[in-house]
Amino acid sequence: MEANAPIVKFHCVAKRYGDGALVLDGIDLAVAKGDFVTLIGPSGCGKSTVLKLVSGLSPWTTGDVTVAGKAPRQARDRQAFIFQDATLLPWLTAQHNVELPMRLRGDSAEQRRRRAAEMLALVRLSDARGFYPRQLSGGMKMRVSIARALSVSPELLLLDEPFGALDEMTRNHLNEELLALRDRTPFTALFVTHSVAEAVFLSNRIFVMAARPGRLHAEVRVDFPYPRESALREKSEFQTKVNEVSRLLHQVEEVAAR
Amino acid sequence: MKRASDFWVWLLPVVTGALIIALWYGVRAATGLQSWILPTPLEVLQAAVRERQLLLAAAGNTAVGALLGFLFAGAAGWVTSIVLGSSLSLRRSLYPWLLVLQMTPVIVLTPVIVLWAGAGLPGIVTVTFLISYFPVVANMTQGLLSTDRNLVALFRMSNASRFQELLLLRVPSAMPYFLAGLRIAATLAPIGAIFGEYMVGSSAGGTGGLGFLVYSYNTQIKIPALFATALTSCLLGFIFVAGVALFNWAVLHKWHDSYEQPDR
Repeated sequence: MEANAPIVKFHCVAKRYGDGALVLDGIDLAVAKGDFVTLIGPSGCGKSTVLKLVSGLSPWTTGDVTVAGKAPRQARDRQAFIFQDATLLPWLTAQHNVELPMRLRGDSAEQRRRRAAEMLALVRLSDARGFYPRQLSGGMKMRVSIARALSVSPELLLLDEPFGALDEMTRNHLNEELLALRDRTPFTALFVTHSVAEAVFLSNRIFVMAARPGRLHAEVRVDFPYPRESALREKSEFQTKVNEVSRLLHQVEEVAAR
Repeated sequence: MKRASDFWVWLLPVVTGALIIALWYGVRAATGLQSWILPTPLEVLQAAVRERQLLLAAAGNTAVGALLGFLFAGAAGWVTSIVLGSSLSLRRSLYPWLLVLQMTPVIVLTPVIVLWAGAGLPGIVTVTFLISYFPVVANMTQGLLSTDRNLVALFRMSNASRFQELLLLRVPSAMPYFLAGLRIAATLAPIGAIFGEYMVGSSAGGTGGLGFLVYSYNTQIKIPALFATALTSCLLGFIFVAGVALFNWAVLHKWHDSYEQPDR
C-alpha cells in the first residue's frame, strides 16, 4: 500500500435513521495514515455517527465508507474505539480489562499478561493493575481504557469525546499523554470533541461540522509540528488557531439559529 | 460519628421489639384471652424450650426439603434465563407460559404433585421449587437484558462471538440481578417447604418437618407450641437469607458498588 493511501474514506455518504430526517449528508472525507483528524461541531451534527459508521456499529444509507480499502466490519481488527466513559468491565481488574480485547481474539494468557503489563506501564498505571474500576479515579479509568484500546496495536483509533467528563487539568494531561503514546505505538486518530482548544492541541486537521443535516462545513489545518508539548498552549499562534476554529463554529451555530 | 450511628442501628429495632412485646402483653391483659388462644411471649419461649428436640429435628427435615428446592430453583432459573435472554422469539414464546405457571396457585397443583412426584420429600421439593423458581427467572432475565450498551458495542467492535458476549459480558453483568432473585427465593423456600409438608408431606419414621408439627400441634390445641413452630420457621428463614447474603458478598464485594465503603 502506498504511504498516502487513505485509511478512512467517505464518498458522498448520507445517513438517516429509518424514515427520519437526514443525520449526515454529502460527507466526503479522506483520513490519511498518520493523520490526527478531529470532528467538532454543535450537538446533533452527527459527529459521533461518523465514528459509528467507521466502526461498523451502524449502517449508512447512501454513498460508500471504506476502512483500509475494506468494508468497516471487515476492518475491525485494525481499529479500536474509545468511548466517552471508560466502559470498563466492573468485575475485572485494570489488568484484566486491558487484556479483554486480546482475550476475545484468542491470544494466549502469557501473551496477554505481558502485553497488558507493557500497556499499563505506558499509561503509568503499573501499580494499579490489581485494582477494580470502582477503586480508580475518572482519569485513571480513562487511561486504562486507552491502554486497552492500544493493546491490540490498532492502525486506527476512534475516540468519541473521551475526555469530555474530566476536569480541565486531567484533560490537558491526557491530551499530552495521548500524543506521546503515538510515538510509542503509532496510530491514526479520528477524534470527536466539543473543546476547541483540545482539537487544536491534538490534531493536524480539524473538520468543523454543521447540523441538520450533519455535514462538513470547513477544514482547518493545524501545522504545529509533533511532538507537541504543554507549552504550545501558551503561544499566540495557538490562540490564533483556536480563534479561527471558534469563529467557524459561531458561523455554523448562527446559521442553525436562523 | 461511626460509633453513634452504629448504636442507633442496633438500638432502634430493639426498642421497636420491646414496644411490640409490651403491646402483646397489653392486649392479653385487656382482653383476658386464655393462653391457648393468645399465649404470652414468655409462654411461647417456654414451649420452644420444652419442645426443642421435636422442633430441631423437624427444622432439620424442613431445611433439607427447602435447600433442595431452592438449589433446583436457582440452577433451573439460571439456565431458563440464559435461554430466555439469548433470543427475543424464545422469550416471546416462553415467558407468557412461565407467567401462567407462576399465577397458578400451588395449592391447586398439590394433588397432582402427590400423584406424579410422590408424597414426602419429592413432593415437598417440588412445591418449594415451584414457589421459588420464578423470582430467579424474572430477575436474572431482566439482568441479562440490562447490559450496558457501550459494553455491548465494545464486544461487537472486538469481533466477539455471541457465546463470548454471553459468557464474558451478559452473565457477569447480570450477577447482581441473579443474586437479588436468589434472595427472594431464599425467603420463599422455607415457607414453600413448610407449606409442602403441610399439604403433601409424610411423617413416617421421624421425617416430619415443621409443616407436620403445625398440623400436629394444631390438632392437639398446643397453641404456645404452634407459636414456637412459627418462631423456629423464622429462624430457618433467617439462616437461608444469611446464606445468600454470604454468597452475595463473596461474589460481589470486590467490584460491585453496593459494597463501596462510604467516606467518613
